Amino acid sequence: MIRISRVLAVAATEFRMAARNRWVFLSTLVFLLFSLALSFPGVGAAAMKADVLTLASAALATLAVYLVPLIALLLAYDSFAGEVERGTLALILATPVRRGELVAGKFLGLFGVLAIALVTGLAVSTLAAGAVYGFAPAGLAAMARLTLTALMLGAVFLAAGIAVSVAARRTGTAAATVFGLWLLAVVLWDLALLAGVVADADGFFARSVFPWLVIANPGDAFRIYNLAALGDGVQMAGIDSVAHTLPFDPAAALAVLAAWFAILIGCGQILLRRLTP
Amino acid sequence: MTTLSSVPPLLSIEGLTIDFSALRALDRVSLTVSPGERVALLGHNGAGKSTLFKTVLGFLSPAEGSVSVDGAAPGSDAARRSVSYLPEQVAFPKALTGREVMDYFSRLKGAGRADIARLLDLVGLGEAASRAVGSYSKGMRQRLGLAQALIGKPRLLLLDEPTSGLDPVSRLEFYDIIARIAGEGAGVLLSSHALTEVEARTDRVAILSKGRLVADGTLARLASQAQLSMSVRIEARAGRADAVQAHLGGRRVNGKSVIIECDPSGKIALFGRIGGLSEDIADIDVSMPTLDDIYTHYSSLARTEGAS
Repeated sequence: MIRISRVLAVAATEFRMAARNRWVFLSTLVFLLFSLALSFPGVGAAAMKADVLTLASAALATLAVYLVPLIALLLAYDSFAGEVERGTLALILATPVRRGELVAGKFLGLFGVLAIALVTGLAVSTLAAGAVYGFAPAGLAAMARLTLTALMLGAVFLAAGIAVSVAARRTGTAAATVFGLWLLAVVLWDLALLAGVVADADGFFARSVFPWLVIANPGDAFRIYNLAALGDGVQMAGIDSVAHTLPFDPAAALAVLAAWFAILIGCGQILLRRLTP
Repeated sequence: MTTLSSVPPLLSIEGLTIDFSALRALDRVSLTVSPGERVALLGHNGAGKSTLFKTVLGFLSPAEGSVSVDGAAPGSDAARRSVSYLPEQVAFPKALTGREVMDYFSRLKGAGRADIARLLDLVGLGEAASRAVGSYSKGMRQRLGLAQALIGKPRLLLLDEPTSGLDPVSRLEFYDIIARIAGEGAGVLLSSHALTEVEARTDRVAILSKGRLVADGTLARLASQAQLSMSVRIEARAGRADAVQAHLGGRRVNGKSVIIECDPSGKIALFGRIGGLSEDIADIDVSMPTLDDIYTHYSSLARTEGAS
């Protein structure tokens, strides 16, 4: 029987530890500074067809692809490996708490930290840029869409970080693995795909395989969804140009995020069930 | 204590065998802990003490044999409610206060928070409850671990080397608390790597060696069963060492002394003969077998049995 009270106890403790260790403060500060910087376009922005908030949401989508997975992985890599190293996992698993409750609780606590950082950063930026340039309805919708999907993206990478933390069982190994995962997901994947498109500019790969491989990556799925929703007013380059020529509904990108989350949190559960503390 | 035998044991282990691929970590171990009983589980590092605890907690599955915790299967809801565990060298999150750690485990165990203050006072951490665990001394952390293990009035306490690294005073206080808990009816199984440490603080001693239970009984019984010889060192007067050795046997050391190993049963006869030589003897020193000798005796049994 799943007990919500135990899930909440784990979540509250996880959040409290993150707060004491300054993770809440630091991640909020970093995200706030970056979003503020990107929300105020330089000179020449007036020449664009879209409003400032829409443009800011496009820039922030590109930034969030790097920053949100990084913050999420940094929050999560210690979640189980640290408990194994400190010897507290055996203690916790000796209590009536279910392993599933433990994964759920840790996820919720860390998601709370991430949500505070993302919502604070994006809300403050929206208010600041809106106060200066005006609140266009399309821009507000774009920022709201960005915030919600960034939370989904963060949830995917928190689940990934938790799974890595359970599998690694050592803080050092977990830290190295999440860094590798981050490089692979947000840098190397796109580079490899671009290389493929350059080599096969108008062939089968570029037309039929490439869009699917792009959307299979949660970071790209998040970015493509947000950019596709902005319409033609915003210019895009590189991989992002696929946003205008998708062979499927952009909403499929959200399904990709949901699927990744389900797979990764399930992996964390299964790995923890097989772990002997 | 004699009436306890009629009460069903809180922990009952029968013929337990645990294998880690090629290694047999526990080999047909049988052990019981009854309500109110304090049992010390002794053994070297790697003897299988932690493995035994982990099996009782349901983390490991037996290859053979059975374990029952208060009548329930290890790891089941009922067993988890009955048992409390303090792992060896546990490090609570440094950023949390003692009270927050207790609050967390109370909620995980489904116990009310009303008891937290009482338990912290019991282990002497009432004053430090609001301080971060990071500022605690080693002894305070271990006492917090004990307070945590006492949440929800567990019927069976499993303490894995609870006093290692504690100073003698903290150790005494630790055993005082354990005695009080056992007095209220809980069974306590605690591991240690030294017999000297648990002397007079536990009701029964079980010794594990290389995964096998080589001894199980009261310390007095183990000592008499071991039949360990005592050692008598006799210092002879100048020039009389040869005469003393000729009369009593034994072996010569550093010119003027003779050492004789003697069974407990031959003690009286030996002292009678020594009395006859009072002219030749300057001094006598008797060494009884120590607790460490007893422990070494039982630990080495497994090795000789294993070889046969």
